[in-house]
Amino acid sequence: MTLAATLVPLQAVAFALVALGAPVVVLTRDPLRQALVNGVYGVSLVCLFVVLQAPDPALSMLVVSAVGYPLVILAAVARVRAERRGRAPREAAGKQDDSE
Amino acid sequence: MSRRVRIALLGPALLGLGALFAWAVAGLPAFGDYRGPYGDLLNKVVVPLRHTTNVVMGTTFDVRGIDTMGEEFILYAAIVGVTLLLRDESGRRQVERRTRRLATDSVRLVGVVMVGGGLLVGLWLIAFGYITPGGGFQGGVLTAGAILLLYVVGSHRDYRPFRNEHVLDPLEGLGAGGYVVVGLAALASGSAFLTNLFGFGTPGKLLSGGSIAVLNWASAIAVTVAMLLLFAEFLETYVTPLEPKDAGS
Amino acid sequence: MSYLPYAVAAWICLVGIAGIATSRNLIHLAVCLTVTQSSSYVLLLSVGYVKHGVAPIFKGTKLGTPAVDPVVQALTLTDIVVSVAVVALILALALDAHRLSGKVDPDGLADVSG
Repeated sequence: MTLAATLVPLQAVAFALVALGAPVVVLTRDPLRQALVNGVYGVSLVCLFVVLQAPDPALSMLVVSAVGYPLVILAAVARVRAERRGRAPREAAGKQDDSE
Repeated sequence: MSRRVRIALLGPALLGLGALFAWAVAGLPAFGDYRGPYGDLLNKVVVPLRHTTNVVMGTTFDVRGIDTMGEEFILYAAIVGVTLLLRDESGRRQVERRTRRLATDSVRLVGVVMVGGGLLVGLWLIAFGYITPGGGFQGGVLTAGAILLLYVVGSHRDYRPFRNEHVLDPLEGLGAGGYVVVGLAALASGSAFLTNLFGFGTPGKLLSGGSIAVLNWASAIAVTVAMLLLFAEFLETYVTPLEPKDAGS
Repeated sequence: MSYLPYAVAAWICLVGIAGIATSRNLIHLAVCLTVTQSSSYVLLLSVGYVKHGVAPIFKGTKLGTPAVDPVVQALTLTDIVVSVAVVALILALALDAHRLSGKVDPDGLADVSG
């Protein structure tokens, strides 16, 4: 089978996975779990972009869904939980003394 | 508007939007039947004219360079907004002297390897961005991620040099402003804004593309520092515990 | 098959909007917004696809092989990275709202005073 002939079923599968992943992300209500599901959805989007012959957006989506989104979502969840508990989060940095 | 009214309105609204989408999609050409002239034109023209083998990067930083300048300023404005909202300058900070290290050595070893590997791959993506797939945006996020891994793998003291706001803030301005300065340099020399005036070099080598290389590095610096600033503002800033009168509704 | 990609993009957009409208948590709302944004990327890249085209990188491939549209790829890749900062701004607003009112429920924020 030539590459061109295999690409069309691959594209159909990639589109189907993305179409299935989006409602799953939305239906996950807990933000912490949703961050993880969003990461998996990001990987499925990367597969779709690669199959659509777009390596640059695929690289973007890969680093963003591995580094960018978990960073901001988990940091927000951590701060909300810490504020709920009414005390500072662990390892709260501060302006350390300059002599350190 | 109460929640029930909102959800009751949602159904017909989504149906209407879906009908509009269906009508729009029916007017599009079939998938794969590409008719627009610009894609084919750019694929033919960018490599001979600008000597960059990555046509997407050539489009991002040269043919549609002003679009990328706008995107970079969206990034800059969003970072300024986050800083304004979350940075606490009042100095009421609790100092946590105890540094907590990861318990298992094997996890730390893997993490250290990942920091080095991630940094190298990120810098390679930035440097060779206009030859092979990559670029300032992707490589910038990955480099910032590798630096932030220091916080996870090591202790806070290892990471502290990278959260110095007095260094990060000017660097962010350098990245975003450097783009404009390159454009203004072209304007000052008599051509239009953001014209590619530097020498072009040979395609496929590192010294090619003219101002694309400079703009690539400027946007890489802007994106890396933006991610570092985001982490610093979100997690590092001290969280004021709620006073009793403020807690609750 | 010829209209499936655009239908998938429309479906993702509608799902994301439904998630935003029915959300009970501001952080969940921000992630649903990212899902809606991803629908625009799928649409852009599907519009630019050329049948049997290769990626528009010409190191290794001969100049002149039919390649997919590079303009939509340029738009998509900058947009993906910038959307992280925009979502961070929205989450910062949510954190501020939580600090002032103690709630992350969008419906409960209506009576915040001060």
